Amino acid sequence: MSTTEVDRQWTTRLRRRATAKLPPEKLLPDTQPSYVASWIYVFGVTTLAALIVVIATGCLLAIRGPQWWHGSYIGHFVNSMHLWSVEIFFFAMVIHLWGKYFMAAWRGGRSLTWVTGGVTFLVSILTAFTGYVSQTNFDAQWISTQAKDGINATGGGAYFNVLNLGQMLMWHIVLLPIAAVVLTALHVLLVRVKGVVPPFADTSDAS
Amino acid sequence: MAWSASLAALLPLDHLGHYLHWHWLLISVANLTVIVLMVVTFIAALLLPFPGRRRRKESK
Repeated sequence: MSTTEVDRQWTTRLRRRATAKLPPEKLLPDTQPSYVASWIYVFGVTTLAALIVVIATGCLLAIRGPQWWHGSYIGHFVNSMHLWSVEIFFFAMVIHLWGKYFMAAWRGGRSLTWVTGGVTFLVSILTAFTGYVSQTNFDAQWISTQAKDGINATGGGAYFNVLNLGQMLMWHIVLLPIAAVVLTALHVLLVRVKGVVPPFADTSDAS
Repeated sequence: MAWSASLAALLPLDHLGHYLHWHWLLISVANLTVIVLMVVTFIAALLLPFPGRRRRKESK
């Protein structure tokens, strides 16, 4: 195969483009800028760590099923781990959001990073909601019967029926987790491409 | 089992939740507690010194 032919292959072009945009030393850097040494910068990675625990415990719950998570000690434990990791996930994500909002983290061509973070937040709320209605207990029944009126008022109830356990469970364990994980991966890659947003320049003695 | 029963007595979760109500605003004490904790954590994250920050500055 000639060099020109190799150059024209889509794999070659994609690899060159990807490595130019995100070289390995930028993807997994050795150091971070000095301004990152602040507690406010730890909440993004805390959210990511909580998401990993959410996915891992969710996989265990999917393997063993409702009888296990309702009726055994270890099932209760894993179920609680799933709930509390979600609590930490949202707790850290909201503080991360506040921090980035006040830093105006969309500066310097980072608007897509901000947008992917915002959309991930909305997808996460929907994922948590479908989780609440998929618990297979009285709490789930209460939440779904309350929510149905709101959803029906939007006209979406015919497509997104919160009283349909099978549909809600599929949204919770397939569609929404895929969306959340893909968006999170995209968000993290964009942070690596554009770098962590720097603080505002100190203009106090500019005059 | 005894320790879990005493822990459950400390945090009774099988009762109706407590709610605070001002005009149009209705919020459970549990949700308000989480929001207050988030605000406190946010402020603490801005004010508390990060370990190793001074060492990093000195080494420059």
